[in-house]
Amino acid sequence: MSETILPQTPPRMSATFDSYALAEIHRAAASGIYDIRGGGAKRKVPGFDDLLFLGASMSRYPLEGYREKCDTSVVLGTRFAKKPIELKIPITIAGMSFGALSAAAKEALGRGAGAMGTSTTTGDGGMTPEERGQSKTLIYQYLPSRYGMNLHHLKTADAIEIVVGQGAKPGGGGMLLGQKITDRVAQMRTLPKGIDQRSACRHPDWTGADDLELKIQELREITDWEKPIYLKVGASRPYYDVALAVKSGADVVVLDGMQGGTAATQDVFIEHIGIPTLAAIRPAVQALQDLGMHRKVQLVVSGGIRNGADVAKALALGADAVAIGTAAMVALGDNDPKWEEEYQKLGTTAGAYDDWQDGRDPAGISTQTPDLMKRLDPVEGGRRLANYLSVLTLETQTIARACGHNHVHNLEPEDLVALTVEAAAMAQVPLAGTGWIPGKTAL
Amino acid sequence: MMTIQTHKAAKNETVFDLSQTSVRDLNAFLHQLPDDIPCDPVRVTHLTGDHSVVAGVDADLDVQVDGHVGYFCGGMLRQARLTINGNAGQGVGSNIETGRIHVRGDASQSAGATGRGGLLVIEGNASARCGISLKGADIVVKGNIGHLSAFMAQSGRLVVFGDTGDSLGDSLYEAHIYVRGSVTSLGADCIAKEMRDEHRKELADLLEAAGEAGRIDVNDFTRYGSARQLYNFKVDNIGAY
Repeated sequence: MSETILPQTPPRMSATFDSYALAEIHRAAASGIYDIRGGGAKRKVPGFDDLLFLGASMSRYPLEGYREKCDTSVVLGTRFAKKPIELKIPITIAGMSFGALSAAAKEALGRGAGAMGTSTTTGDGGMTPEERGQSKTLIYQYLPSRYGMNLHHLKTADAIEIVVGQGAKPGGGGMLLGQKITDRVAQMRTLPKGIDQRSACRHPDWTGADDLELKIQELREITDWEKPIYLKVGASRPYYDVALAVKSGADVVVLDGMQGGTAATQDVFIEHIGIPTLAAIRPAVQALQDLGMHRKVQLVVSGGIRNGADVAKALALGADAVAIGTAAMVALGDNDPKWEEEYQKLGTTAGAYDDWQDGRDPAGISTQTPDLMKRLDPVEGGRRLANYLSVLTLETQTIARACGHNHVHNLEPEDLVALTVEAAAMAQVPLAGTGWIPGKTAL
Repeated sequence: MMTIQTHKAAKNETVFDLSQTSVRDLNAFLHQLPDDIPCDPVRVTHLTGDHSVVAGVDADLDVQVDGHVGYFCGGMLRQARLTINGNAGQGVGSNIETGRIHVRGDASQSAGATGRGGLLVIEGNASARCGISLKGADIVVKGNIGHLSAFMAQSGRLVVFGDTGDSLGDSLYEAHIYVRGSVTSLGADCIAKEMRDEHRKELADLLEAAGEAGRIDVNDFTRYGSARQLYNFKVDNIGAY
């Protein structure tokens, strides 16, 4: 008589304690240190993929894709500055520091942006000759640390971007680990070589919107009211932050969602503080509209922009331009599968590499190590970035024409529907196939 | 409309009367000094706490400000010698690069913040965050200073004749601090250090630059600097963060 074998309960992984959560607990228990990494939020959040465009049909008239003009130019800083920024495309390069990136990477960004008639932006650590030399339009970031900041650079910039926060870490400062503090980086930042460099989370000489208004006035006086003053905030309370930015006298507001990257901060910060880009745009635009300043104070949106559809969706929701950081790095060659063998040695894989803080980037971009830096040819990198920007622009125009617009700025929320209730609520557009906007219209 | 008057008492003096002209005109003038108008010194009068007075000036000249100034006076100064015959609001000498600023009265918070070079002398007291994020400038305060002064100061020297508030030199890098009075408390990684001959010499030179040569004994000061224990992140230091 054969023995009956009862089936066993199959192994079941916890949805709460999934493999990533378990691995993080093991890592934390072994090391006693939180995880520090670069990049933006990796968790899935409502985003631009949850929106679709309504192409022209009976009620709208489309434009011919290969014949009729669809303008992409944008002017930023028209409120007070004598010399606003005129760009050929509404896609700019976000602030990334020399130090976090190599000098060649900064040069490549300048080359690519310049070729496409758009701007690039300095970062924490000051302005390098490579970047200024190759950037036709260079935005100078004015950060809490004020590393490398001086009168000459301020006056040679085309615009000034006061950084209050960034989407990856609103409310947080930065950290550049010692292995990236070479002689040149240390000299620019007035720090000893090899130490961990902290970037302050607060500005040293102003503490609130009233003070900031006077700081902006000072910067305008220093630069003779010529240069636009941008104000960059991490998406957290966008309605109030944008309203205060307008009150403070900014010409342009840069709004960075949680998918926006950083060179280095705690993983818990990146994944749990701040709100998605999609959720931030409409409150920001609403603030501008309530103050009668929409299109007068320009809005630049960043954080997770990957393709022309993302650009078009941001513009349709009310942005005047977008900024790309992570995508620009990828265009230069970051996370390229050709370095897979070396990613494996670092315990990661192409596409997942985010230890931009530790200086061992196989692609030679987020590093100050000479042998690695040689891997990035700034001319070739610039060409790749220009190609990528060109594709983004063509894709954006394709969508705008399909929606019947002869300028990408004519895209509007009425061109959009949402695939999910969450996205419909955040973007304040109807759920696809319905007229329902959660919180706005009756079901 | 800019009004420029030549003062009778000094042949080459140019006077900006801020009751008649604007700070914008003053700064524009100082940014592009005309060849045909004698303007050394420049004197600024009739102030009402104006902000951004003498902002971003890069010129070898003397500027006398007769009155109290508001925020960010002398910001990003280069070369010039600026005297404020009154009190100064927040951020006086912010990011000074070279030159000299002399405040005859008191200064509000964040005096000399991020200063990279040059000298800031304050005859009275300074408030909180004096010398915050200092990057190479020298600051001499003849009165007291407030809390969180020299926070994250990287380079340069801060001299205080009087007392300091809480958390002096918190997260200090390589700036040198000399205090003659009492220190309410030291910030993270800031410690008292031995006063060696090179420090006595350094302090004596600073006192001389501030017009106090021979009047104050350098041995009355205590030197403070970084313990350099927090320069690289170590989990064992977590209690200090």
